Amino acid sequence: MKVDDALLISQLCAARAGLKIDPDKHYMMESRLAPVARRDGFASIADMLVELRARRDEKLIWAVVEAMAFGDTAFFRDAPVFDHLRDQVLPAAMQRREGGAVRIWSAACGSGQEIYSLAMMAADPPASAPSVRIDLYGSDLNERALEKAQSGLFTQFEVQRGLPIRKLVEHFEKQDDMWVISPRIRQMVRWRRINLVGDLSRLGQFDLILCRYVLNSLVEPMQARVLQSMVGALTPGGVLMLSPGDEVAGLHSALRPADGVPGLFERDPAYSAAA
Amino acid sequence: MRTCLIVDDSRVMRKVARRILEDVGFEIAEAGDGVEALAWCRAAMPDAILLDWHMPVMNGLEFLKHLRQEPGGDIPTVVFCTVENDRARIMDALDAGADEYIMKPFDGEIITSKFAQAGLV
Repeated sequence: MKVDDALLISQLCAARAGLKIDPDKHYMMESRLAPVARRDGFASIADMLVELRARRDEKLIWAVVEAMAFGDTAFFRDAPVFDHLRDQVLPAAMQRREGGAVRIWSAACGSGQEIYSLAMMAADPPASAPSVRIDLYGSDLNERALEKAQSGLFTQFEVQRGLPIRKLVEHFEKQDDMWVISPRIRQMVRWRRINLVGDLSRLGQFDLILCRYVLNSLVEPMQARVLQSMVGALTPGGVLMLSPGDEVAGLHSALRPADGVPGLFERDPAYSAAA
Repeated sequence: MRTCLIVDDSRVMRKVARRILEDVGFEIAEAGDGVEALAWCRAAMPDAILLDWHMPVMNGLEFLKHLRQEPGGDIPTVVFCTVENDRARIMDALDAGADEYIMKPFDGEIITSKFAQAGLV
């Protein structure tokens, strides 16, 4: 890959989605963009970028950016996180919202394993749990990842990464060489394409937001912007699940570290977003 | 050190699994079929068993049913590792007392993640 092509991709990703893509990572770019070039009928990535420079076609630009935004994911990724959500965070939120609804958002859900893991947890609440509806939302920048998520279809490799076998037989059916999640679980989740560096003020507020393995993939000014948006989208006392090591610099008055697992923060009920 | 008995009639599969499980700290023993595996277990019950389904002499499912009736046979965590990937077969394995289940082909990440789910890593 030519240096100026790699630079163009890196700049486009930063400008459109705040993505931090190292322009030296030619192999990663080639592996992610080759399918886009093939799909759109170009002989090579270089040919696709010639067209992109010449026509600045928005659809093609976003196809490139979205392909570069593809993230790895797995069911119940980081098991202690899900244990803590199941044992502490969800019961507390359900207690607070008794008779109403707990709203949960997986902000960069990729092909859906994270939010489906939560759906499986929510589908089997303990008998003592208060009566409450759980609304689950999955969003991602990558349209193709969202399509896959909505299909509920996973490969044999995917269902073996993090998913306990009893959950597989309880919530999935085999369909040829793939496994499909049950309609009951699939229908619990609503999906939407969202660019996290855009305006998130109209999404409403959530009791729990998962935004894991996202911040460190963003250029620095966008990390702060996304975090600020997340704070605005949290209910007072709502919980933000980041990744271990994610910083909340500049937002210490809004987010306080919560006990349990690294990367867990709680929105200070006294914090005013307008302040 | 925790012990794991790898039961598979393929020497290659045993070798691949041995490398992965030794890397996560298991002491490994090997058996080529269910009868040999039962003899191992009667001599020294392992902490974990990675178990193939189709083997000569005694297959994995028969072995597991025998194992769970042995004194101390409830102790090992049993992880099936097989080409059988039908839901009904998986249910058969769980009903017979399997704790986890790996569908071949697998990679190192799948084995270690399944052993972690079973509380072994």
